[in-house]
Amino acid sequence: MIAPDWFREDRLPHIYCTGCGNGTVINCTLGAVEEMGWKREETVFVSGIGCSSRAPGYILTDSLHTTHGRALAFATGVKMARPDLNVVVFTGDGDLAAIGGNHFIHACRRNVDMTVVCMNNHIYGMTGGQGSPTTPPGAISTTTPYGASEPAFDLAELAVAAGANYVARWTSYHVKELTKAVAAGMQTPGLAFIEVRTQCPTNYGRHNKLRRVSDMIEHLRSHAMLVDKYNRLTAEGKPVPDGTFTVGELVRRNRPAMGVKS
Amino acid sequence: MSRVEFMQGNTACAEGALAAGCRFFGGYPITPSTEIAEAMARKLPKAGGVFISMEDELASIAAVIGAAWTGTRAMTATSGPGFSLMMENIGYAAMTETPCVIVNIQRGGPSTGQPTRAAQGDMLQCRFGSHGDYSTIAITPNSVQEMFDLTAKAFDLADRFRVPTFLMADEIVGHMRERVTIPDAVEVTRSSPLAEGSLPFEAGDDGIPGFAPFGSGRSVHVTGLTHDERGYPDTTDPEAHDRLVRRLVAKVESARREIADYEVVNPDAETVFVTYGPPSRTVQQVMRDRRDDSIGHLRLRVVWPFPEFALQEFGNAQVFLMPELNMGQMVREVQRHVDQPVVSIPKIGGELQTPAELVQVLEAHR
Repeated sequence: MIAPDWFREDRLPHIYCTGCGNGTVINCTLGAVEEMGWKREETVFVSGIGCSSRAPGYILTDSLHTTHGRALAFATGVKMARPDLNVVVFTGDGDLAAIGGNHFIHACRRNVDMTVVCMNNHIYGMTGGQGSPTTPPGAISTTTPYGASEPAFDLAELAVAAGANYVARWTSYHVKELTKAVAAGMQTPGLAFIEVRTQCPTNYGRHNKLRRVSDMIEHLRSHAMLVDKYNRLTAEGKPVPDGTFTVGELVRRNRPAMGVKS
Repeated sequence: MSRVEFMQGNTACAEGALAAGCRFFGGYPITPSTEIAEAMARKLPKAGGVFISMEDELASIAAVIGAAWTGTRAMTATSGPGFSLMMENIGYAAMTETPCVIVNIQRGGPSTGQPTRAAQGDMLQCRFGSHGDYSTIAITPNSVQEMFDLTAKAFDLADRFRVPTFLMADEIVGHMRERVTIPDAVEVTRSSPLAEGSLPFEAGDDGIPGFAPFGSGRSVHVTGLTHDERGYPDTTDPEAHDRLVRRLVAKVESARREIADYEVVNPDAETVFVTYGPPSRTVQQVMRDRRDDSIGHLRLRVVWPFPEFALQEFGNAQVFLMPELNMGQMVREVQRHVDQPVVSIPKIGGELQTPAELVQVLEAHR
């Protein structure tokens, strides 16, 4: 699917585990880039720390692999200094919602014209599977051996509340919808946030009775509910199954944005 | 035609940055540095630049590094607590060889300390504050004129050596007002461009790679991980780490003589004051009062990399006296380079040593 000239083939083999969803998300993002017709020399990928954040290292453009949690602040500097460059940020749930939470809400508030793709695998994958701010209550991780006891963050709803102009959520199962959503985000002036619920079979599935990759993807698919359907059911007072999360476009709007190419 | 003004040090710092072509400022308000951000907020938009008030100091330095990678001259200004917050990303700037300027208007610490009082308590932090081995450049102005001149110079050093460069000022030079001459134009030297066929982190004999900012079509991968000359992570090969980190240190340390900037007064003297920043003004007062050729003065305008050879200019020195606005930080560096006794004259609390205090120490060591 990726145009081969966007790929750093000399970086192979990559670091991702067998069955990891991050490759799917990178593919979908590059599919959207191709749809946009962006040129390599006009595009910059930025990331923080974690499995998600290794993605820019495999893409043949200028790229900035930064410190843990700070990708959006670095990206803000790139985009504000050079609004003519297309800026895409890859991040993860730990990077974005824990250590980088403050930068996340302020980047959405500023509505800087860039596209943020969050690979939410509900775990700190690179350090071996510790509980993150999106680990679902009850889930087992190496730091929640008796089940996660904290409520989880809803990253997409957070981005909507903080002011991003485009917010969508899909899963690594929904590759066509995800590609279209990333492209729609890229077309929308202002900050576009696309949360992708994705599988980490190595460090999440293994501890949560989802050992097979296909089990994890099926789990994501079966718990995803289109946002319109979810809203209709809740408006009618009808029950929604446990563990359901919404997918689809949560917002597309035209708040004032910063760093838009003139 | 230059113009003469009566100006505050922090304003002169902003003017120096603008004159040097700084077109990006990311910052967070903090006493006693805030006037720099305020001046940049007024002036940058009119100069076609970007001022952005970030959510904290971690984000400020991050945005500055991001902007610097587009080839834009970028800086931030802060004080102790903000400087501490910036440390991780300062290490990132050192590791990724990002040219940028960080102004620290030092105040009393530790912690929140004395927000409105002067100190020189961050002199070792600016050298060693981030984890791991690296080298940077630190400049110490002692007047409003130098707040202008040395800020402008900091951008050239940052570009030339591709290192984060610190202007280690303090509340005294930041807030005092003096006559300053602003030239019409400042000569500017930028980074050498990345040569065709060279790898992004491949350096010549001087240890400094050419710079290919984002958008120049060279597809540079920038990472804080240990990387090879292509910029690709190589985190387990001991040789790769050794080669990279030794180069990062050597490119600055081996250029100590080129970077050095200091004043020598009375090189034949037996009693020698060594100063940087505002305590040099007190020493100058003592020397004016006494008209005494037996007192020497070495005043450092660049403290890191430390110019140990400057101490050798005082061939008859019997004792070095070192007033600092801390409990004795740079004095350790002097002590390890000379055989003569080195006497620390520390002062904390926010006030400068008085001439009488220096004379008292002087008389005790003659």
